[in-house]
This record gives sequence, C-alpha cells and structure tokens, in this order.
Amino acid sequence: MESLEQIRDRLLARFPAAKVELVVNPGTAAEHALLLDAAHARDIALFLRDDPALRLDYCSNVTGVDWPEREIVDTVKKSVPDPAGGPAKVVEEKSKRIQPGCLEAVYHLYSMALKHGPVILRLRTGNRTDQVTLPSLTPVWRAADFQEREIFDLYGIVFSGHPDLRRILMWDEFKDHPMRKDYVAPDDFEWEPTPHGEVHERAKAHYPPAVQPPDGPSVASAKEGPAP
Amino acid sequence: MSLFPNMAVGPTVRAVHDEFHGDLLEVSMGPQHPSTHGVFRMVVTLDGEQIVKLKPVFGYLHRNHEKIAESTSYLGSMPYTDRLDYLCSMSTNWAYALAVEKLSGQAVPDRAQYLRIVMAELTRLVNHSCLVGFLFNDLGTSFTPLLYAFREREKILDLFESLSGSRMMCNYQRFGGCRVDPSPEWLAAAQALVDNFPRFLDEYETMLTGNEIMLARTQGVGRLDPAHAVNAGLTGPVLRACGVDYDLRKVDGYGFYPRFDFRVPLGAHGDTYDRYMMRILEMRESVKILQQAFRDLPAGPVMDPKAKLRGFRPKAGEAYGRLEGPKGELGFYLISDGSPNPWRYRVRPPSLINLTLLEEMCLGHTVADAVVILGSIDIVLGEVDR
Repeated sequence: MESLEQIRDRLLARFPAAKVELVVNPGTAAEHALLLDAAHARDIALFLRDDPALRLDYCSNVTGVDWPEREIVDTVKKSVPDPAGGPAKVVEEKSKRIQPGCLEAVYHLYSMALKHGPVILRLRTGNRTDQVTLPSLTPVWRAADFQEREIFDLYGIVFSGHPDLRRILMWDEFKDHPMRKDYVAPDDFEWEPTPHGEVHERAKAHYPPAVQPPDGPSVASAKEGPAP
Repeated sequence: MSLFPNMAVGPTVRAVHDEFHGDLLEVSMGPQHPSTHGVFRMVVTLDGEQIVKLKPVFGYLHRNHEKIAESTSYLGSMPYTDRLDYLCSMSTNWAYALAVEKLSGQAVPDRAQYLRIVMAELTRLVNHSCLVGFLFNDLGTSFTPLLYAFREREKILDLFESLSGSRMMCNYQRFGGCRVDPSPEWLAAAQALVDNFPRFLDEYETMLTGNEIMLARTQGVGRLDPAHAVNAGLTGPVLRACGVDYDLRKVDGYGFYPRFDFRVPLGAHGDTYDRYMMRILEMRESVKILQQAFRDLPAGPVMDPKAKLRGFRPKAGEAYGRLEGPKGELGFYLISDGSPNPWRYRVRPPSLINLTLLEEMCLGHTVADAVVILGSIDIVLGEVDR
C-alpha cells in the first residue's frame, strides 16, 4: 500500500478545495491518521473506497474520542541582560493558552480485496457544545451504522445523513453523553421517571391519615387542618 | 433502498394491501426471549407470517465497560475483558494484551506466543461447538446436541480452570506473556483432549449435518451477498460463509500464526447452512493448529522478564490491535496520554457489528427462521452491549 503522505497528496490533487492533514501518532505503533474537513469527508471516503489502488472496502472500527478544553503551559527561555553589566541571565517565561476542546470521530479502514490497511481517518467537530455535527459515513460503509449511533449516544456527535440516528445503548429518555470526560454520574443513577410516582401520589389521597407514611403531613390532613 | 444509494441492496419485501392481506402486526421479541441468547430485543413487523421489517434493540446489558476501563489502570481492566464475551475470555484477553503490547512495544516470549495460540484455539472449539448446539436448540431439537457439545466444553473448561483458576473468567493473559506456565501433566491432558476431539466432531456431524429437518430449515435461509457483507463490516465465520477470504490469522499474521499450517474454510452461498458448516470446518482446522502447537511448543519463560506490571505507563500515542476471535474481528483501540489510565479505550465488538445486516437476512422469512438466523450469527450480549 502507498504511504499515507502519498494518499494525502493524491487526495489533495483530486479534491483541491479539501483540507487534509496528517496527524502523527507519536507512539510505538506509529499508525498515523488523516484529518479530514467535514465538508469533503464523504466525497473523500467514497474516493478511498472505490479507488482501484486502495479499495478500502472495509470500515473496521468507528469510534469517538473526547478532547476537552486544555490549558497548555508554554515555557520560553529568554536571556535578560543584566543592567549592572554582568552576564545575561536566562529566565523562563511561562505563558498559558487554552487549547479549545473538540469531539473526534476515528475510522479505521482496511481493504478486504487487497488485504492491506489500516488507513485511519479522523473528523473533528468545531467544539463540544453547539457545533457537534459531522457528516455520516454510513452511506459509504454500512459498517458505521451502529458504531456512529453509539458515538451519537455516548459522545453526542450528531451525524448528518445517518439513516437512523437514535440512541443505541442508553435508553431514549436519557439526556447526557456518558463517555464524555466531564460527565458526572448521578448518585441515583438507577432512578428513572416512571408513571408509578404520579400514581402513587394520587393514591395517597385515598388512604386514611393513620396509614400515611411518616414522612411529612399527608395530602388529606393538610387540607383539613390539624385534628381537634 | 434509497437510504444507501451507493451500496449493494439487500432483498426487500413490500407488504401488500388488498382484500386478501390483513394489517401488519408488530411483535416485540425479547428482551426475555429464550431464542435471543440473552437480553436482546427484535421489533419485528409481520405481514401474515412474513417479516417485512426488523429493528434490533440493544443496551439491556450496557454497563459502560469503556468508561470503567478508562478510569482504571491498563492491567486493571484485564479481568473485566473476560466479561465481554464470556464464552471466549481467553481470546478476548489476548486481543486486549495484543493492543497494549502494540501500544507499548512490549515483546512476548516464544512459549507464551504458542500458549496464546493454544488457548485461543481451545476457546474457538468451545465457542463453535456450543454455538452449533445452541443453533440446534433454536431449530427445535430440545437440548440433545447442546448437551453433547457441553460434555466436550466442560472438559476444556476443566483444563482452563486447572490452569487459570476459573472456568470462564480466565484472566490469563498479561502484557508481555501469560500468567502461569502449564505443567507437563496439563499439556498431556490437553493434548489427549485435542486428539479425541475429531471423534467428537465425527459423532456430532453424523447426528447433525445430514439431518433432513436441519437441511430444510437452513439451506437458502438468511442468504447474504458478499459485497453487501463486506460493506457492512461483517467478519468471522459469518463473512467467510459468503465466500470472502478474510481471516486475520492469515491476513495480519499476528502472534505466531504464520508458523502454522492450516486452511481457511470458505462458504459459497452465505446462508445459514454455510454458517453452520463454517463452524464445523473451523473446529477441524483448530484441531490441526492445536496439534502443531503441542508438537512445537518451545521451552522457556512465559513472561517477558522486562515486562512491567506495576506502574505501567505506555508513552503517549495510540494503537489499534485486532485478532480473529471466534465470532469475528475483535479489536481494541487505545489512546494513551502517558498516564497510568488509558485516555480512550474502545472495544470493537464483532457480535454487535455482525448484527448490522440482521434485518436484510430476515426479510421475507418467518419468525421461526429469524430465530435460526440470529442463532447462526453467534452473538454474545455481554459484548454487544458492553
């Protein structure tokens, strides 16, 4: 298989308006990735799937990654001349900057026809709150169907063009995205609103006061006031 | 299907509305249905007895495995990977160890590589023989084939127990090797079991393969088109039953598999019968692999002496490790930020992704066939829901 740089150059030649960057993996595995812009992602994916030299017909793994906002401390060494005329002193200056957070979708592509791979694609959202839409690659690889639904469920990335974007593992009424790094599990995580709470409240009104549970005055007795 | 304009199209069945056809009926099968192999639900829309729509519903066993693993150390989630696919904990362990070793550049000694193959292939025997038993349960043969399979499975699980201390939750692999070295007695017992296994397979096949009811119920049922299956990311015996030659033991050649002589069985029709035959043929190949492994097993340590168990911190980076599990491609995707916990820990569950085409396989068949088709895909809900 051609190298990732060659693939990137071919993509840039084929799609001049697209932005394709190489994301270097510093680890021992050295599996580098291509960062695509959302506008051209689906066209590029189709090209990668159908190109006769690559034929990446198999999308193995699709997953989300959460990158929250991070504070990065840059240290710059500066030499400060001594006003008294001595040797210049080296002073470290620290400056803080905020690296904006984003959500990322990662696609691992292989070719079953030519038996090579992986080519890793990454898509990034604008931020983690309101610009969380990415193009769905399910129309290109059906394999992404359940996995993109899972990312939508657990990370909150909205895949536009997905045929059936619903929660998959959590229940439909669930509000949050539990795989995000800032997710805090509630203490009573097993509590769900059920119709029984309301029914129970209404049923309480029918009980005589003596049977009321000890927690506070009952509905009936509060209306009638204290017993004489 | 206009939803997927760029891909091969599966079979579709339209409900007919005229005076001879009644209304459509929506049936919720599961989550507590004996044929769903766990807590799994299918919302099936029926036209008479024919399935016209099927929506799988997941998540009843969801415990956010990935989140739990991200909040513990690398080694800490090794026992928890046993609970993903609780029938094949040995190969799930290996998949996780493989990904971490790729992430950290950890070497594995030769003896451990052989032992891993022994365990993975024994696991394949357990999984496939039980799957065939469960498939026949779904076909209506009440438990007899399953109990034959369980008889053999218990022998293998006894071996696992004597080696690792647990029948099913083995927790046997470590980063850089295996946890304990099997004794010569253990190896002799394992070899005797493997030598006898073809006899069991012959017996099993005599009972099952030519069975007339089985042929009538499985041949031509739940057919899959190879192009469609590749696009949907199906792996393992389900994919190879369609005739696509893709076995990671050959393609990736992970571990010491390139040293072994074995064949990859392929189907031709992609129906339920081929998926059944894949399992039987793969078990025969596994027996061949096991016999070669026992013959060539080298002496030496089972753990790399430089392997670091405590204070294990791989340097920042990421890795995707995958292997051919009994159910398909089992992958682990890890991102390290240099801390003791993985920043991202992802399991690529073959059981979940093999269900992508369940609807297409079942359309036009009856509910009774849907049960058999689901049985032939081979899912474990611990892995589907994670």
